[in-house]
Amino acid sequence: MRFRAKIVDLACLNHFSRIINTIAKLAKTCILRLTVCKLYFILSDKVANGGASMWCELCQGNFFDEFQMEGVAAEHNEIYLELVPENLSRALKTAQNAKAVKIKLTNKHCPCLRVAVELPSLSSSSRIVTHDIPVGVIPRRMWNDFREPSVPDFDVSIYLPVLKTMKNVVERMKNLSNFIVIEANLSGEMNLKIETDLVSVTTHFKDLGNPPWASEDGCQSSAQGRDLESMVEVCIDIKKLQQLLAGQQVNPTKALCNIVRKRIVHFILLHEEVSLQYFIPAVA
Amino acid sequence: LSRIGDELYLEPTESGLSLRAVNSSRSAFASFLFAPLFFQLYEPGIAGPDTELFRCKVHMKSFLGVFRSLPSLEKSVGKCLILLKPRASRLVLQLHCKYGVTKTHNLAFQECERLQAVFDTQSCTSRLCAPARVLAEAVVHFPLTLAEVTLGTGPGGKISLQNYVEEAGESCRPSKTMVTQLWLAEDEFQSVAVAPGSHITFCLKEFRGLLSFAEASNLPLTIHFDEPGRPVVFTLDDSVLEVHLVLATLSDLESDAQSTLTNGVSHLPAPSDDFADDLESYMAAMETSEGGSGGPPSPTFSLHTPQPAESDPEEEEEEEEGAVPGTPPHKKFRSLFFGSVMTPGRPGPATTQEVLAEDSDGEC
Repeated sequence: MRFRAKIVDLACLNHFSRIINTIAKLAKTCILRLTVCKLYFILSDKVANGGASMWCELCQGNFFDEFQMEGVAAEHNEIYLELVPENLSRALKTAQNAKAVKIKLTNKHCPCLRVAVELPSLSSSSRIVTHDIPVGVIPRRMWNDFREPSVPDFDVSIYLPVLKTMKNVVERMKNLSNFIVIEANLSGEMNLKIETDLVSVTTHFKDLGNPPWASEDGCQSSAQGRDLESMVEVCIDIKKLQQLLAGQQVNPTKALCNIVRKRIVHFILLHEEVSLQYFIPAVA
Repeated sequence: LSRIGDELYLEPTESGLSLRAVNSSRSAFASFLFAPLFFQLYEPGIAGPDTELFRCKVHMKSFLGVFRSLPSLEKSVGKCLILLKPRASRLVLQLHCKYGVTKTHNLAFQECERLQAVFDTQSCTSRLCAPARVLAEAVVHFPLTLAEVTLGTGPGGKISLQNYVEEAGESCRPSKTMVTQLWLAEDEFQSVAVAPGSHITFCLKEFRGLLSFAEASNLPLTIHFDEPGRPVVFTLDDSVLEVHLVLATLSDLESDAQSTLTNGVSHLPAPSDDFADDLESYMAAMETSEGGSGGPPSPTFSLHTPQPAESDPEEEEEEEEGAVPGTPPHKKFRSLFFGSVMTPGRPGPATTQEVLAEDSDGEC
């Protein structure tokens, strides 16, 4: 099992760092899955995470100049590592003007992801900073725990409002309540609501648009005949939503959510080179 | 000085005014000696045959409060008078400002003993001198909350800085602490005179304070050190100012585990070299120590409503998208939004595509 990768282009490095920063805001510990073509950051819905789960996927070719991966076995050519993304975020934070960043899986005392940053210096040789990030290697028999989540059989799918606006609203609401209700309908309307003993606040968004999910597979036929105006709602932990919105450092190309009435909300944020899905379950 | 202690010691001497501080655990001491030439007027007082020059200590916060906003001070204050009135038990700080305004602050003080750390830079076996900027750029890679850092020497004359981690020997770290190590080449320093293989561990927080002062005043910083356990002395010098920061260092006795790490440091090949990848044997050990392979899958993402019953196992094997019923709409979604970026039947083991398999048994 080997892994080595190198980033030389500063723009790619910046972009990669931003993605890691976003992941670090969403998960204290997560799984990094490496395949020949892609990297995945996975958080499965254990109770410790408050039931939230995440699936983030990026193509290595868009970021790395060199990428060599040999999985645990020929027919299972993948590597699953458990790590603290905040460590990776910190390692990359001071690499913003690096000449090169190399990442390598090593096992000196215990498995580590070694991030070696080559920095320019006034002296004859470059300055090298290495960060050894401890990782846990996930054995093959546990890989099934981290399968790709399926899109739930949702009641409403709607594009999100401008994330910055949504973030500002949610941040203010967070001061007033621990829970927030997201409701939306198939006419492009969404409301964010909080309600406490003292106050209730609702912010209305309209003309958001509903993404066209293909209907020929028959899965979404139940949505077809329904009243387009009726609202579907789900009540979730407001902190989880705020974390998701606060972690977005770049405006996604597409942002939408799928709501299953009173069960779960599934956020999909797409950028050119990375897709992020985040599932927040309803509070009991 | 305020980063070190809560009390400011003022000690006028013949060679200038000395401002000092010490921390509560007595593991950090700093002194700033301003030569008489630094001041427009300097009168240390008169020492009698059996009286010493008067010295005192004041609350750091009270003293700092007088000089609260540097930018506005620079604009409005013409002169500052510091007057020690022993009989009135007051330290007087008088700011003469523009437009005839005078602000007088009377600070209560306490008499005190002479505060002096015991150290001798001449007897230190190792010495490094570097521009403050180089050291500032070095410590930026370490988190602000980091307590201790190890300064060491490596092969090729390189100097290393590494965060200190308390670990119980060479076994796997139970605490998932990231280890950061920085290597500086000898020619980044103005002078290097170090005993090979030497290393010391000291508190980074207190050092950062001195470092920002050094950076602001553009002075080179000299580090004098010896064996682990003996204090490390940081000095700054210019014509009218002499600064010393003395920090205790971890002795080798306390840092037994650390010496394993630092032995690693000094035996480290140059950073760009490869290290043995023992992961194959690690993985083999992990796999054989478990029972048989492939236990029942744990329910994953169980909050999702299961897909409609069209998920025929036979059809799942087809990697075709499009009209096949039971194909995860997720993949279909990808082709909606990614267009050519995502092609159907993307490479990868078939197992990862069986996202609908939750209801089936015996998943291998």
